Amino acid sequence: MIPLTRKLMVYVVTAWVAITVNFLLPRLMPGNPIQTMIGKLQGRVTPSMQRAIQLQFGVGLHQSLLTQYGNYWVQLFHGNLGQSITLSAPVSTVLGGTLPWTIGLLGAATVISFALGTLLGIALGWRRGSWLDGLLPVSTFFQAVPYFFLGTVLLLVFGSDLHWFPVLGNYQRGLTPGFNGPFIFSVFRYAELPAITIVLSSIAGWMLGMRNMMITVLDEDFVLVARAKGLPTRKVVSYAARNAILPSIANFSLAIGLVVSGALLVELVFNYPGVGNLLLQAVLNQDYPLLQGIFLVITLTVLAANLIADFVYVALDPRVRQEG
Amino acid sequence: MTVHADDLAPLPAGQLTPPVPIKGKVTRAIRLPRSPKVIAGLVIIAAFAILTLVGPWVAPYSPNDNSFAQNLHPSAAHWLGTSNLGADIFSQLLNGARATMVVGFIAGLVATVLSVIIGISAGYLGGGADEGLSLTANVFLAIPGLPLLIVLDSYLPTAGRSNTLLIGVIIAITGWAWGARVLRAQTLSVKRRDFVEAARIAGEGRIRIMVFEVLPNLLAIVASSFLFTMLYCIGTYVALAYLGVTSTSVWNWGTMLYWAQTSNAPLTGAWWWFVPPGLCIALVGTGLALLNFGVDEFINPRLRAAGLSRRGTRQAGLPRHPKLGLTPVLRSPSSRPGASAPQTQGSASGPAKVAR
Amino acid sequence: MSAAVAPVTAGGGPVNGPLHLGDPVLEIRGLCVDYGVGEDAVHAVVDASLTLRRGQVLGLAGESGSGKSTLAYAATRLLREPGVITGGEVLFHSRPNAQSGPNAVTGTADLLDLDEGELQRVRWSEISVVMQSALNALNPVASIGHQITDVLRAHRPDLNRAGRTNRAIELLEMVGITGDRLSSYPHELSGGMRQRAMIAMALALEPQVVIMDEPTTALDVVTQREILEELIRLRDDLGFAALFITHDLSLLIELADEIAVMYAGRLVERAPSESLFRAPRHPYTHGLLNSFPPMHGERVAMTGITGSPPDLRAIPSGCAFHPRCLHAMDRCSVDEPQLVPLSHGPVPAGRSPREVACWLHDPRSAVPVPEELAQPDPAGPAPDAPAAQQQEGTS
Repeated sequence: MIPLTRKLMVYVVTAWVAITVNFLLPRLMPGNPIQTMIGKLQGRVTPSMQRAIQLQFGVGLHQSLLTQYGNYWVQLFHGNLGQSITLSAPVSTVLGGTLPWTIGLLGAATVISFALGTLLGIALGWRRGSWLDGLLPVSTFFQAVPYFFLGTVLLLVFGSDLHWFPVLGNYQRGLTPGFNGPFIFSVFRYAELPAITIVLSSIAGWMLGMRNMMITVLDEDFVLVARAKGLPTRKVVSYAARNAILPSIANFSLAIGLVVSGALLVELVFNYPGVGNLLLQAVLNQDYPLLQGIFLVITLTVLAANLIADFVYVALDPRVRQEG
Repeated sequence: MTVHADDLAPLPAGQLTPPVPIKGKVTRAIRLPRSPKVIAGLVIIAAFAILTLVGPWVAPYSPNDNSFAQNLHPSAAHWLGTSNLGADIFSQLLNGARATMVVGFIAGLVATVLSVIIGISAGYLGGGADEGLSLTANVFLAIPGLPLLIVLDSYLPTAGRSNTLLIGVIIAITGWAWGARVLRAQTLSVKRRDFVEAARIAGEGRIRIMVFEVLPNLLAIVASSFLFTMLYCIGTYVALAYLGVTSTSVWNWGTMLYWAQTSNAPLTGAWWWFVPPGLCIALVGTGLALLNFGVDEFINPRLRAAGLSRRGTRQAGLPRHPKLGLTPVLRSPSSRPGASAPQTQGSASGPAKVAR
Repeated sequence: MSAAVAPVTAGGGPVNGPLHLGDPVLEIRGLCVDYGVGEDAVHAVVDASLTLRRGQVLGLAGESGSGKSTLAYAATRLLREPGVITGGEVLFHSRPNAQSGPNAVTGTADLLDLDEGELQRVRWSEISVVMQSALNALNPVASIGHQITDVLRAHRPDLNRAGRTNRAIELLEMVGITGDRLSSYPHELSGGMRQRAMIAMALALEPQVVIMDEPTTALDVVTQREILEELIRLRDDLGFAALFITHDLSLLIELADEIAVMYAGRLVERAPSESLFRAPRHPYTHGLLNSFPPMHGERVAMTGITGSPPDLRAIPSGCAFHPRCLHAMDRCSVDEPQLVPLSHGPVPAGRSPREVACWLHDPRSAVPVPEELAQPDPAGPAPDAPAAQQQEGTS
């Protein structure tokens, strides 16, 4: 499993880089942003907050950079991401409440987009020259529309004007959260429009990629042999598709990065209480601890998704499983 | 033979096709594109390029001029109405074109140059250099771009945020990794070609080989990568402006959307404020993507719409892309020899249906 | 509509017994294949006629671009776009055996008339293909066992899972691959093993016709030899008819019973292999034979053929070969010679008459036949036997 170990190493290094960047940025940026931040909190700094800031940013302490770095890692291992300035709560707690919503929305939308895009791509590649080809420029246009713009338009047209979907928020106010029917149903309803936005914006990439790869693979001899064998058509298509899907999975890391960025913006538009909204709050209020915490968590989540994609790839392509 | 996932010629989403190798040096004439998609893309981009150049001069008013009546609907005097502060939106749109397109172009250019240098070097030099550069690229690729940029930009002092060039460069830093990975994979395959080997044996220096032997064969992919990267950079720049992370005093389409959003234009129904900038971004993006179709088809001839010629298939009543494994048969009755051919031993006369 | 067919399957054992050897199994008549339609169509195969007989190997030789692969793939409707068949017929005389499965059909059909469903039934169980490069012809993400059992699943519904696995192992062992390789992937096998696996795959349903498209070109000489011997042995054991396509005439010496030579999309000569080698009649054939040195015997001067094959979009007028022919006459640039029988004596059973498409052998020609094209034929009657009727050049 040597290739997988290589990938693992990349992710470990990436995580390390992300953490280190988080550590170094506030200390290296010109204009001393931390001081500015503390200045803003004039008079409202509790001793615990002071301590938290010191731990996070090393301000006020006379420690070497290396010692601070060590402390930073120690804090991380304790799950301590610092204290949010604006929300007066530990960053980890805040994230714990919002991250599941984002992962749920984003995860579901990505799965749907990938599955639908791949199936359409297979159809487009197999049946070239049919009316389906019209889907290509349409989806390309949707992909070029910025996520947040598309979200705004959909929100207005289908939410506010036509009232087809509920808007703003993640479930109907007044319902009790928990594993009960009305709540779960409400969650689904509120997630529909944001999910549709994400799917519409991202499907073109999967679809086009799969189509192009299908066309390339259909030119291969083994597909002609499958035909010559008199195998049923769906078998022939599946042979081609199994080969054509490989680059889509190999390229997953790029795609997921773009989708995550877009999803954050979509959350803003729909006021979906996920990480995106939190990020904006942190930016506006210059709540650096929260900002860094979010960045770290997003990066680690994306890395985890990439890791899963890599496992899937190895499962699908026997050629990378061993040396020689 | 181990095939790493990286080696499988991965291309940007939307161009997931390995190119057909170019034989020898590239001295073919550039053929003009005939596909309607590509022509549409060229027209769109040309139009916006012109807009970029002349926009601010053609605009009827200054974008910062707040002297007009507020929240006006589109009219003859104000083609796109006015904002809630009383500024002409059409002028804002024309002015905003420049920053958006220029930042997108420059960021795309910088990112592409970076990806060319790093990608080709990693692919050609191999060994430790390859490992190090590849690792760097993979790390940059794995960290999601927008959150990183948000973090970076929010740490910038105010002066830094209004420096569009700086913003462009920072965006480029998050955008080069993909192109580098693609170019590395392609360099690996070009490296094995005979003419590269010949140059190496003839004693050409490594840098000379990379620039004059390898690079010319990758130009189409570089072009495709540039288009894709420019698309990404424009999208990212606009997103950052929309969030208010970059300076809100610099006019670009994203900033317009920011102001529109904070003034609740969507909810008050002032579509003339927020729809035009979003639409322009979408059009530019679509134009770039359409151009990319064309480059794609150039790289991979299998993707060209060719199949049987349009006129011929209509006359013959055939589909343009006949089914695989079902070669079409277009016989005129006189071309069947069954009627007049002499009998040969053991065969039936004329074509008979299969006996069941 | 499955088999009211059964009488053939009842007996078991090879049906291509002595009763049927030599009978035509695949007759290609006047096949014309174009690339593209309309005015820009390129004529890749023009008026080609071949007869493949049971238990025999027909070699199809020619340079790259001569149309030999096009001919074979078009006959089985496997030609890729933009290929179009514009004329002729391909008669398949089917007598399936026990291994073809319960859906086999008997009788004669024009493959060019069949619809998709009918073609699917005939494919692989009666006519199979071995391609040039096993690396490209095998699905890289499926094990070779799977690629053998998928045909069994499609055509042999009477077999269950265990039956299919057993048959697959049986097939692999038949070509000299151990059964434990069933779960190996193509990239895990050597080039020679891959080619053997492809052959095993092609013979899975004991087809009546096997089309081999340059199956040994991609291999080194030693492996080439092994595979060829393997093929001869399998042909002897299973009795299928083979169409062996190659650009290398030397391979056909031992393997082929009959050889057909193609040039620029046209058949120019067809003869039993012994006759072709000892007594070629067409100048192109003679040129080809003198293009490779014999391993034994005295040293000869290598001649080869001057010039290069024509662009199919700009075929020379008259005989396509005349610009490169040492014996070209005036007539050769004007009239196109047809493939006609050389002599009209009795033809032995199970054989086709010897044919050539060249004005030099036209009996009314005043020019004497050059010596190298008039060598005594070891198999047939004397080349200058007077013929009662000579056609002008019939279809």
